[in-house]
Amino acid sequence: MNTLVRQNDSDSLQKEQFVAPSASVLEEGDGYVLQVEMPGVNKEGLEISIENNELTIIGRRSLPTVEGTLIHHESRRENYRRTFELDPSINSDKISAKVDHGVVTLTLPKAEHVRPRKISVS
Amino acid sequence: MSLIRYQSPDLAAWPSFDRWITLRGDLNTLFELPFWSNFGRQSQLFSGWSPALDLYQNNDDVIALVELSGMRKEDIEISLHDGTLTISGERKSGTPDGAAERTERYVGKFRRSITLPTRVDASKVSATYRDGILTVTLPKAEEAKPKQIQVDAG
Repeated sequence: MNTLVRQNDSDSLQKEQFVAPSASVLEEGDGYVLQVEMPGVNKEGLEISIENNELTIIGRRSLPTVEGTLIHHESRRENYRRTFELDPSINSDKISAKVDHGVVTLTLPKAEHVRPRKISVS
Repeated sequence: MSLIRYQSPDLAAWPSFDRWITLRGDLNTLFELPFWSNFGRQSQLFSGWSPALDLYQNNDDVIALVELSGMRKEDIEISLHDGTLTISGERKSGTPDGAAERTERYVGKFRRSITLPTRVDASKVSATYRDGILTVTLPKAEEAKPKQIQVDAG
């Protein structure tokens, strides 16, 4: 049992642990607005990337440094990470993001309507 | 058409292996706190929102850190009564009614109380709200600060 716990500990030290933050999405006319809740995260701690229609958001917390002993602890120490699968109708080049008071808001505009086109047969 | 694919949290909600040591501490305090404060956050059993609160103390102050993202300063209320600190307020939804929405975020009123370990000077309490973290600094009352007591050689 002791060695089991020790092995787990060394594994978790090498891999960064994450927790998935809550999110909400709303549809607004010509796009979507995605809000992800990451208290303690500001612009410096954010890492947003897209690969193959998958949007990954990582938020690393920067908590105020407090001098003192911790007497009551409820918050999670881990940083935040979540991946979203984007609908292909979203124009991933035009995605914009901003962060305010620990909430990351992403605007995901839909691609402009592609007109049906004729394909000629050679 | 799916925009959000449910992704279970990378970590289990219950303490994992490397937190065995704190588990006993958590259990000890479990019965001292209001019932909903630990459970309400980790499961969907309760429909309320209980923001996470960390408490620190040093020789001069008691400091509370509360995770409260997406609030406006004017919607947060901090009150102190009989040695209990209460943080309450309302999170307003920024979206117009009727917009199609799927949300996991809590919207509405919340309230969180915690008993402070020592007496504090209510007139000197200050608070800042930054990056979604509310920091409340409560200076200890003079008589609550630790003092050295001299031992006279008898």
